[in-house]
Amino acid sequence: MPITLLLHGLEQGLIFGIMVLGVFITYKILDFPDLTVDGSFPLGAAVAAKVIFTGGNPLWGTFLALIAGFLAGMITALLHTKLKLTNLLSGILTMTLLYSVNLRIMDKPNIPLLGKVTLLEQIQNYFPNISLNYLIPFFFLFLIIILKLVLDLFFSTEIGLAIIATGDNEQMIRSLGTNTDMTKLIGLCLSNALVALSGAFFAQYSGFADVNMGLGTIVAGLASVIIGISIIRIPTIFWRTIAVVVGSLIYRLILIIALRYGYKLGFEPGDLKLISVLLVIIALSIPLIKSRIDFLTSFSLGRKDLQNKNHPGEEV
Amino acid sequence: MLVIKGLTKYFAKNTPHEILAINNFNLRVKKGDFITIIGSNGAGKSTLLDLIAGTLQADQGEIRLDGEVITSQPEYRRARWIGRVFQNPLLGTAPYMSIEENLVLSLKRERKGLRIALNKKIREYLREELSELGIGLENDLTKKVGLLSGGQRQAMTILMATMFKPKVLLLDEHTAALDPESSKKILKITQELVEERKGDLITLMVTHNMKQALEVGNRTIMMDRGCNILDIEGEEREKVDIDYLLKQFSKLRQQEYIEDRLVLG
Ligand SMILES: Nc1ncnc2c1ncn2[C@@H]1O[C@H](COP(=O)(O)OP(=O)(O)OP(=O)(O)O)[C@@H](O)[C@H]1O
Ligand SMILES: [Mg+2]
Repeated sequence: MPITLLLHGLEQGLIFGIMVLGVFITYKILDFPDLTVDGSFPLGAAVAAKVIFTGGNPLWGTFLALIAGFLAGMITALLHTKLKLTNLLSGILTMTLLYSVNLRIMDKPNIPLLGKVTLLEQIQNYFPNISLNYLIPFFFLFLIIILKLVLDLFFSTEIGLAIIATGDNEQMIRSLGTNTDMTKLIGLCLSNALVALSGAFFAQYSGFADVNMGLGTIVAGLASVIIGISIIRIPTIFWRTIAVVVGSLIYRLILIIALRYGYKLGFEPGDLKLISVLLVIIALSIPLIKSRIDFLTSFSLGRKDLQNKNHPGEEV
Repeated sequence: MLVIKGLTKYFAKNTPHEILAINNFNLRVKKGDFITIIGSNGAGKSTLLDLIAGTLQADQGEIRLDGEVITSQPEYRRARWIGRVFQNPLLGTAPYMSIEENLVLSLKRERKGLRIALNKKIREYLREELSELGIGLENDLTKKVGLLSGGQRQAMTILMATMFKPKVLLLDEHTAALDPESSKKILKITQELVEERKGDLITLMVTHNMKQALEVGNRTIMMDRGCNILDIEGEEREKVDIDYLLKQFSKLRQQEYIEDRLVLG
């Protein structure tokens, strides 16, 4: 496989890795499958692209994208906690309303950024000697390590632990004095801020923002989270934030390979979403298949420790 | 002082399935009181505790704790003064979190902040508290709670419900789901922890065990159809035995029988 292909996989895996960290917070920590991300990813792209396209500071644009994502998460949280809508419906409503918002922000379905100065180009100006091929992956690697460490730290604070507990045993943490409406709000805002940040970077990386670029973000996020967590199985936040980024890298690599060589198997670019969904289904069913196999073999081996199968350290 | 006045709670209000679960319920509890609550299934015992804790909101009436009206405060706010242990040992702890994380979450009941939750000093404190329970978890602070037995989890929950020095402790058949051995142990731990706070804690314990109801605590109430139908303490309570309580129960059942006959009659 050509090295450039690998590098692209690495870059995209890291950029989307920011989004995957966000999906990890809602899906895995809060136990809240949040569909908002299909809208907040392009929202981040739209905000950043608009600012950059109109000659604004790309850093400012990227920051505004983060804030916009934060607010998008807040809408979903309020629909869920105040109006008592289900988590899925709250996400669907916000995702759909964001489509119109994104069109309003961009004024048109697509903003090209070719020839504009993006954050990545500004960074390159600081390191004129390093080739862009290496600078981009290094920058995003650096960024995602920082984000990961900040998240690790956050989830070891009192509020962070309360958010984890909200996903683990909501009734308990409420009876211990935590307003779970608030912990869900914080979790959703944080998550969508990361997703929008990811969108902002992806727009600058790929040179455009498009209203439809968010389609399937949730599936990509879930696939990455599930792949990562089933490969690196240590159930601490420190390892989980590493695992989901690794999952993102693997997922992107699979997609890039499928896109590049899939035609030999008769795949077309339009089949990509189908492949993503198949990946999710396969990854989700691995634990089940594995436990079936263990269950069957345990009879022949006469093993008695079947209950241990379900111990929490091993959940996916 | 916990004062409950005219407390009323309906389920499925204004539907054909309306249930009056708590019916104009009154109770005054002094500091230091340890009340055992008995009553047949569906009498409203759990509902009463849920109303005091704020898990459910009352339809009518008032709950005052040390003079402050808490009737419509949300559950998380009342948690500053109220510790709870549920019948189901799985309800009181978070299985995918470690022992120390569970404990530290219960330690601080006010608004949680951006401080790092666990440090050396806090861990040391938690270890000490755990070792006093005598269930040998003090060296497993980072173990996931989901790996513990029901009895161990219930013991942890009791610690979590008392460690922060609450004003009120609510126990809902908290030994019912355990084997006899663990059940005894949990009851002993409960009594010790309550004893430590002698004179300044209010404890309400629901139980179906008549013997326990009379032996533990200093006051016993019997509930039926959402009302408080028997309230004994002191000398009067000492004279009462299990037979007496059972007679009260069968009297109730007879009465129900007669009422049913009248309705169906
Ligand atoms: N969530 C609910 N929805 C509808 N009805 C309820 C609900 N919870 C309790 N009830 C009804 O309220 C009444 C009181 O129930 P409660 O659980 O308080 O009884 P209990 O005294 O705790 O009984 P047990 O000894 O079986 O635990 C019962 O008739 C019950 O069916
Ligand atoms: Mg009950």
